[in-house]
Amino acid sequence: MKNRQPLSLHIPTPSTRPGDRPDFSHIAIPPAGSTRQPDVLTPGCEMRDMPFGLVRVLDEAGDAVGPWNPRLDPETLQRGLRAMMLTRNFDSRMFQAHRQGKTSFYMTSTGEEALGAAPSMVLEPDDMCFPTYRIVSYLMARDYPLLDMVNQIYSNADDPLKGRQLPVLYSARKYGFYSLSGNLGTRFAHAVGWAMASAYKNDSKIAIAYIGEGTTAEGDFHEALTFANVFRAPVILCITNNQWAISSFQGIAGGEATTFAARALGYGLPGLRVDGNDFLAVHAATQWAAERARSNGGATVIEFVTYRAGGHSTSDDPTRYRPADEAAHWPLGDPIERLKQHLIGLGEWSEERHQALDAELKQAVRTAAKQGEAIGTLGQSKPSPAEMFTDVYKTPDWRILEQRQELGY
Amino acid sequence: MTTMTMIRAINSALDVMMSRDPDVLVFGEDVGYFGGVFRVTEGLAAKHGPTRCFDTPISEGGIIATAIGMGAYGLRPVAEIQFADYILPAYDQLVSEAARLRYRSGGEFWSPITVRSPYGGGIFGGQTHSASPEALFAHVCGLKTVIPSNPYDAKGLLIAAIEDDDPVIFMEPKRIYNGPFDGRFEQPVSAWARHPSSEVPDGHYVVPLGKAAIVRGGEAITVLAYGTMVHVALAAAAESGADAEIIDLRSIVPLDLDTIVESVRKTRRCVVVHEASRFAGFGAELCALVQERCFYHLEAPIERVCGWDTPYPHAFEWDYFPGPSRVIAAMQRALRGL
Repeated sequence: MKNRQPLSLHIPTPSTRPGDRPDFSHIAIPPAGSTRQPDVLTPGCEMRDMPFGLVRVLDEAGDAVGPWNPRLDPETLQRGLRAMMLTRNFDSRMFQAHRQGKTSFYMTSTGEEALGAAPSMVLEPDDMCFPTYRIVSYLMARDYPLLDMVNQIYSNADDPLKGRQLPVLYSARKYGFYSLSGNLGTRFAHAVGWAMASAYKNDSKIAIAYIGEGTTAEGDFHEALTFANVFRAPVILCITNNQWAISSFQGIAGGEATTFAARALGYGLPGLRVDGNDFLAVHAATQWAAERARSNGGATVIEFVTYRAGGHSTSDDPTRYRPADEAAHWPLGDPIERLKQHLIGLGEWSEERHQALDAELKQAVRTAAKQGEAIGTLGQSKPSPAEMFTDVYKTPDWRILEQRQELGY
Repeated sequence: MTTMTMIRAINSALDVMMSRDPDVLVFGEDVGYFGGVFRVTEGLAAKHGPTRCFDTPISEGGIIATAIGMGAYGLRPVAEIQFADYILPAYDQLVSEAARLRYRSGGEFWSPITVRSPYGGGIFGGQTHSASPEALFAHVCGLKTVIPSNPYDAKGLLIAAIEDDDPVIFMEPKRIYNGPFDGRFEQPVSAWARHPSSEVPDGHYVVPLGKAAIVRGGEAITVLAYGTMVHVALAAAAESGADAEIIDLRSIVPLDLDTIVESVRKTRRCVVVHEASRFAGFGAELCALVQERCFYHLEAPIERVCGWDTPYPHAFEWDYFPGPSRVIAAMQRALRGL
């Protein structure tokens, strides 16, 4: 008989809870510019260090430094800033609209606006994005009509999704934006299949997919990475590590002992760990992965390290499980503020221009919201209930026709 | 015309569609070089090339998820799930994604996948190679579920399924892959070559989804069946001498309700037969529909002959399988009336 200690069960616990002083010391943040940039066609086995680095371009002073600097022209940077600011303004207005009873539900992207905006500008119009519900900045960067979004959120008569979807679960095929679902992770391998189809057809299109760090625990994640590796699919598989899955911190998803980017290693895929609040780093990493995919080099896994500054949704109250001022202590800052400072440092932006743009966007959002409200908010206006019965099948069968008639349409 | 088994006929359907449409591709576990554990995809990779018929990882969820993505791109993927018992890891993909993509996207996206899977018992597969899960799919709005009972239908229905713009579950009764089986397990196996439905055109033809076949005309009682059980019902009618009208549903979604109602209003008696377990099986829906539409024509309660409400047991294969004697007993009860 050996003298063994009794076993104990480990339950991961965040470093701080409400009332504590926020603490992010467990997140290793190397200086901007310190993580190397391999050639895009480097074999996966020669990049096994990458998931433990952190691709950063903007330093503390707001300067772009190091090998990942994408050297974007000021106009591109301003477009990116605009898309992120539009997202934040829109979120603010729609969150309020929920609080005013105009819709049932809303989800903001606050703090994560770079994750959709920059890749949207990297990818081509006929590539396909398989988003999460916090990637609306992808649409904002492509000038998706705000009114269509408002109408979807209000499920009103002009809702492009015909009153069928929870607010923010958009679909926008013309904008390269795949249909969202409330089931987390189920579309991650759709992106792999879509990319395999492009390769099968010898086309040049690629896919980008997003999944939250919490959802990497689903089998869908493993399936997607397995197929992406086996069939060398031209796809970019992004993990948005915003530290929180509703009330569960990233340790519950398996982030304590390793990084989420390191999940790639077991599949022989490159795994990049990227400062998700650094527009330039997000842009550069996406560009690198897109180039690898288009060169038939296969898939890349990217972990965007970011922070969910708001609640999970309008139904959530994060002050119940994390320090109320945690966002203010997030060490990677705010993506809008950081890009703004960079542009000012370049002499291509100013506080005045920033405020003018903010006012312009606020007005654009206000106009769209008012137009949507004129059509009707949730419950005041809706598509014909006949729409409940279309699109179940391409052609309805007898039971759908009978049931539509039974309802009186 | 060529005399074909179910396996040859399904293989021919895949071959015809791959030849006609470069967007049709076939994949699943062991389906590539080897040609599938039941040989259904034999020769397709060699003929059409390795990117058009290939092996996948052992990952039913991954197979269906990637198929959906390919379908959304514009392809017509035909995925094989090696046994219907193993389709459950893909159930989320079928229910939450394939079935709802067109609906939830307001018609912007759809994915015309076909999912082939051998199902049913009678091969001593035990409780992990014998299941009949069709009711799990019939209950899901947005999916179509097709079940052929002979080589001619199998080819024509599979071509229709591949050409259909909605997701189709194509369930292949594996007990009759190589010959019709009437449930008399103690008798020698018969070959498809002696069955008229084994005469199969070599080229393209379609058996439309949602159109049942009256495989035996009769006046006294209607028997509703599909898959292997069509042959069991035919044997039961022949053995008992009952003047039974036997309807092969061929697809349970869409369902050919008109043919069912017309027959039951004529015969006034109805027996529903399937191999799947009874409680909340597809037979329950058939009974409800017949009751709703034919109540005042019925002379007797509708009878159900099904698998028992247990898993499919290995040693008790023939105690479980709803063979002809149980169908005869049910027909006799229905003919006797109340």
